[in-house]
Amino acid sequence: MRRSMLFLPGNNPNMLINGNCLGSDAIIFDLEDAVAPDQKDAARILVRNTMKYMDFRGCEIIVRINSIDTPYWKQDLDEIMPHRPGLILVPKTCSAADVLEADAYMTQVEEKLGMEKNTVGLMPLIETALGVENAFSIASATKRVKALFLGAEDLTADLQCKRTKESREIEYARTRLVVAARAAGVDVYDTPFTDVNDDEGIQVDAALAKALGFTGKASISPRHVEVINAVFSPTQKEVDYAYEVLEAIALAKEQGKGAISLYGKMIDAPIVNRAKQTIAMAEALGMERGM
Amino acid sequence: MEIKKLASAGTMESSDAYVEIEPATGLEITLESVVSQQFGDSIRQVVRDVLTEQGVENAKIRVVDRGALECVIRARVETAIVRGGN
Repeated sequence: MRRSMLFLPGNNPNMLINGNCLGSDAIIFDLEDAVAPDQKDAARILVRNTMKYMDFRGCEIIVRINSIDTPYWKQDLDEIMPHRPGLILVPKTCSAADVLEADAYMTQVEEKLGMEKNTVGLMPLIETALGVENAFSIASATKRVKALFLGAEDLTADLQCKRTKESREIEYARTRLVVAARAAGVDVYDTPFTDVNDDEGIQVDAALAKALGFTGKASISPRHVEVINAVFSPTQKEVDYAYEVLEAIALAKEQGKGAISLYGKMIDAPIVNRAKQTIAMAEALGMERGM
Repeated sequence: MEIKKLASAGTMESSDAYVEIEPATGLEITLESVVSQQFGDSIRQVVRDVLTEQGVENAKIRVVDRGALECVIRARVETAIVRGGN
């Protein structure tokens, strides 16, 4: 379950070591934008040692490596992959060829380490116009791809438009990524909301992402994590309804009926699937049926 | 690994450590830490462990601890070694 993902700068020990106390389902150790070029070595070594010696139980570790057009990314993978991060976030992924290049090197590293292929998942960061247009081929390029991730700051620079709180400039990219990811059968994560002091703004932005079909949302501030978790968690009403749907379907089967309605609405396969997803998430969150 | 030049790593920020390393004959470790009374021996041992792991037998190393955890001290010492050895 990844409702929230919190970026932490890879060369900041104070933030790294407290990463699992900040409430997010996943933390992203950032070796890319948050690290100055002359500190890439220090960040890589610090993240490696933090992953090796610290226990982040209950919080998935994701590492954003440097992009494949830099001299850093292979060494990032060499040092990070032995510590089995949940996912590697690959920035500036523009095409299936980029994914295949990263995948091929990750496979080499896994072979060298005696790890099973695809032990470490890959999450392409889509933050260019070309990446958005190639979203489905990126998402379906290899089985290693577990999710797509939208990065709106670089994307809007590439689109030559202003990044705004209303986010109309990324509407197309958001919906395109959701459709591409779902068509490929992988998850999809929304870009961070960058005004750390706008509590109302993060609520609206996260709710929009949820409504569009995103699996979860990234954050650059611990302040946003609680809101994101709440938005991407099922409500008690949704959980109760999901149980009622499964009961109604079970009753229909018992009675030999092909179709059944609940509160005047026909229950069909997509509703049943959604109910199962809701209950699975509720169980993961320790939520019980209300009444 | 041979330390060929003066190098440093880390910062003076809270939870971090600042490490300087330079060429020398034999090993000389200097530690500055507000918790050196309680944890000085174990911090020095961590520094020695990393020097051994990296095959450093001759170096003068200065560590300014700002409340860093072991993994951070390890990382900063290793980074300084790598930088000093290049």
